[in-house]
Amino acid sequence: MLLIPCPYCGVRPELEFSYGGQAHIARPQTSASAEEWAAFQYERVNTRGPHAERWRHTHGCGRFFNVVRDTTTDQILRSYRSGER
Amino acid sequence: MSGPWRSASGGSSIDRSRPVRFEFDGRPYQGFAGDTLASALLANGVHLVGRSFKYHRPRGIMAAGPEDPNALVTVRRDAARYTPNLNAAQVELYEGLMAESQNRWPSLHFDVGRINDYLSRFLPSGFYYKTFMWPRKAWHGFYEPRIRAAAGLGRAPSEPDPDTYGQRFAHCEVLVIGAGPAGLTEALAAARTGVRVIVCDEQAPPPRTSPADSAGEWHDIRAQLAVMPNVTVLARTTAFGYMPHNMVALTERLTDHLSAPLKHVPRERLWQVRAREVVLATGAIERPLVFPGNDLPGVMLAGAARTYLGRYGVLPGARVAILTANDEAYRAAVELRAAGVEVVALADLRPQVMGRLPEAARQAGMTIRTGTTTVGTRGDQHVTALGLCAIGADGTVSGAVDWIGCDTVLMSGGFTPSVHLFSQSRGKLTWDASLQVFVPGAAAENCRCVGACAGEMGADSGGSWLGALPRPEGPATGKSFVDWQNDVTAADLDLAVREGFRSIEHIKRYTTTGMATDQGKTSNLNALAIAAQRLRRAIPEVGLTTFRMPYLPVGFGGLAGYARGELFAPVRKTPMYDWAAERGAVFEPVSLWQRARYFPQPGEDMHQAVARECCNVRRACGMFDASTLGKIEVVGPDAVEFMNRMYVNNWSTLAVGRCRYGILLRDDGFVYDDGVVARTAADRFHVTTTTGGAPRVLAMMEDYLQTEWPDLKVWLTSTTEQWAVIAVQGPKARAVIELLVEDVDLANAALPHMSVARGRVCGVPALVFRVSFTGELGYEINVPADYGADVWRAVWQAGQAHGICAYGTEAMHVLRAEKGYVIVGQDTDGTVTADDAGLSWAVGKSKPDFLGLASLRRAALVDPNRKQLVGLLTSDPNVVLEEGSQITATASLRPPMKVIGHVTSSYYSAVLGRSIALALVSAGRSRMGQTLYVPTRTGESSVTVTNPVSYDPKGERLNG
Ligand SMILES: [Zn+2]
Repeated sequence: MLLIPCPYCGVRPELEFSYGGQAHIARPQTSASAEEWAAFQYERVNTRGPHAERWRHTHGCGRFFNVVRDTTTDQILRSYRSGER
Repeated sequence: MSGPWRSASGGSSIDRSRPVRFEFDGRPYQGFAGDTLASALLANGVHLVGRSFKYHRPRGIMAAGPEDPNALVTVRRDAARYTPNLNAAQVELYEGLMAESQNRWPSLHFDVGRINDYLSRFLPSGFYYKTFMWPRKAWHGFYEPRIRAAAGLGRAPSEPDPDTYGQRFAHCEVLVIGAGPAGLTEALAAARTGVRVIVCDEQAPPPRTSPADSAGEWHDIRAQLAVMPNVTVLARTTAFGYMPHNMVALTERLTDHLSAPLKHVPRERLWQVRAREVVLATGAIERPLVFPGNDLPGVMLAGAARTYLGRYGVLPGARVAILTANDEAYRAAVELRAAGVEVVALADLRPQVMGRLPEAARQAGMTIRTGTTTVGTRGDQHVTALGLCAIGADGTVSGAVDWIGCDTVLMSGGFTPSVHLFSQSRGKLTWDASLQVFVPGAAAENCRCVGACAGEMGADSGGSWLGALPRPEGPATGKSFVDWQNDVTAADLDLAVREGFRSIEHIKRYTTTGMATDQGKTSNLNALAIAAQRLRRAIPEVGLTTFRMPYLPVGFGGLAGYARGELFAPVRKTPMYDWAAERGAVFEPVSLWQRARYFPQPGEDMHQAVARECCNVRRACGMFDASTLGKIEVVGPDAVEFMNRMYVNNWSTLAVGRCRYGILLRDDGFVYDDGVVARTAADRFHVTTTTGGAPRVLAMMEDYLQTEWPDLKVWLTSTTEQWAVIAVQGPKARAVIELLVEDVDLANAALPHMSVARGRVCGVPALVFRVSFTGELGYEINVPADYGADVWRAVWQAGQAHGICAYGTEAMHVLRAEKGYVIVGQDTDGTVTADDAGLSWAVGKSKPDFLGLASLRRAALVDPNRKQLVGLLTSDPNVVLEEGSQITATASLRPPMKVIGHVTSSYYSAVLGRSIALALVSAGRSRMGQTLYVPTRTGESSVTVTNPVSYDPKGERLNG
């Protein structure tokens, strides 16, 4: 079970969070091409190494935020608020 | 004297003044307090304790700890407390213990399955894969049950588990796993700095009163730790899982060693320990040697014999032959001889032996046969001789065999560090060329290895042997076991390489080596060495397979903990639950809710009750507990904009006080949820969702609000449990509630269909909705949940004069199906668009954006042949189709047939006097009037495609 640093609350156990998938996938404009929409909906990386992903502190502050986790070690390199990089 | 095979004195763990009676396979024996089942059996001369997994060969006790692959037993207290696959070396003896051997029929000494051993040349690696491939159907019906019956790992208990199991979270600065010398030293050092320390060990705590032996100083450390307030010492506690971020799972066995379970003490406790630092002091496991007949009872690890003698005062035999490649085995030779055992041969695989321990043996007058191997053992159910043979200078074996009569063979191939937990933590293992073992390398977690598990073996532990022993040319005279528990031999590994397997992961799976419950604790390195030799590659190049949780088998009870029975999942009940229960309602679970399904009157079955409830609603009126509907308040200056982006509908045109049927798509264009949405103020929506969908809809709204549109000023609040919802439906609905309602004009003109008003009901603040999920005149009274039961009773009283009935979810389903109203998740399945469901009228097509809009342009989503929602009428009105049935366009086909759709909802409608059904059918709306076919178990039904609305298609009844 991971220890996840919520940027709003601090470090909490994984039990309090839900996973939100890969981070930094912006929703395209309605006018965007079918390819762009397909990429938004279906294309995800399968990174070996540092991976930017979204978590939600569901049983805490309720906020979505981002985490960089190394998928080979599960070590969390950093966490930051939505909209930040 | 508890057992004829006790030494005259000694045994640091046992109390010779306290004899303990026990049974094994129905025969009575006696041991001492402090014995394990294994030591007590050996003290009684019982070596044959089980039959092997595949060949049903007789097996004895090989080791003295959790690594023993053979002595798996079932321990029985009563019909419910019946635990298979316990390791006899870990079962602590108690008065009256009853144990049974496993995997034998009809008896341990005469086992019919042994025929597998004699047929073994027909049972090579991959035998099951190769043989039982055809015919495919026979696998489930014939082969698998027989293979499973023959391959026994005990039986599961037949009764529910009567014990309780605890769970605990704990935090500490230092967690020490293993309370041997290395672990205790680390624990004391950490404890003295004042930090929180947890020390666990899988064994029973050594008795305080035991005579001071070489372990005397460790008793002092234990005594010091025991009184330190910052230290928790857990005995009988196995660390079985090492998870990310230094979370370690421990299982503590609290009552299994007692002669009766304790009433208020859990049987086991699962600890989830989060440690700043983990210190692994898990020791090392002695490796057996791989030679023909190495699995006969009486063949034992040298270190195990020392343990049985030193801790339990047990003699493994009277005449012991020792074959080793490691100096530690000489301690066994010296100690056994001192205890009166005759050492009939002392052989070493190494050409020269010069360590301190072999020297001590020589000085005690023993002769060491160096450069010596074995051609195998003799014996039927117990070893009777060991055949020794010299290894030539060139490594070949060709000389005469010297058969040494003996009743015990002790072996040692050296020690393998117990790196299981370190490997689970994703630490890297490195090959130590001098020790010839894998040792911990770079750690992935904040974790340190100390003592033997780190490869610190001590100065006197030199020497090792990996893989099969050298033997003469020509066919082997017996099986050389590598993995005792899964019956994998050196020849099986050879075969796997000959058949082309190259990766150790594949060789492992093909031969099943290391895949038994012991996870190859004694076998992995020998198997790897044999494979590497056959592949002509170095061991570190071939690599080690990954260690996985659990280190030892863990019972389901301990993992389930408190989550059993009523505590398995939370149960949600509405304020009206008790009223419904008093009226004899039959409940059904809907997500976590318990909902009244129907209210049977005396003598009614479900069918009759539902028919009566439906007719009552359409004829007079009924009341329905709709409190479980999800409710979300969407509030803020940008609430309209937010709703416009989330839902397909156009909310800008919805006036305050009006409602609209809302549809929520995912961005892929498929229906996610639906529900009535009311605009209760200019900046406020009361959004209802499906009962099961409420949490995920709120989560999805939060996701888009927080991450896509953080600029919108909107607040979302779940109000599901704040409101009790009483639906009153039917032509008499207005008459029933009008005397209870204040401050709301219920007239059609003032409160038309799809509108909402604030007011009071029975004096309680209320939201009164004019909505209908039945097609009748209907209201949904929302009152604060605490008033729900009282208002419900008041409505019930008021309704008596109008012939009201309570109806449940089943009637609700029939009534809505008669009207063709869909249920998301029943008539839709995540691949259905709003248009497929016949709901495109709700889509605000002029809106610039909403979830799913872009996807709705995709060619596949506008294909005219997509499945569309239609009604089906069976040609026989009494046939109720099975939900989920497939639909074909042509009659009387045999499979495979082209399927054009499936039935999503199907009921008998008492109101219509016939069955009705909803279905998703390819191009369904263009098939009105067509005859289609539904194959059933008893033939097939012909059906006519119709409009989904089968009752009051013009919707006139909504106005009462
Ligand atoms: Zn938080």
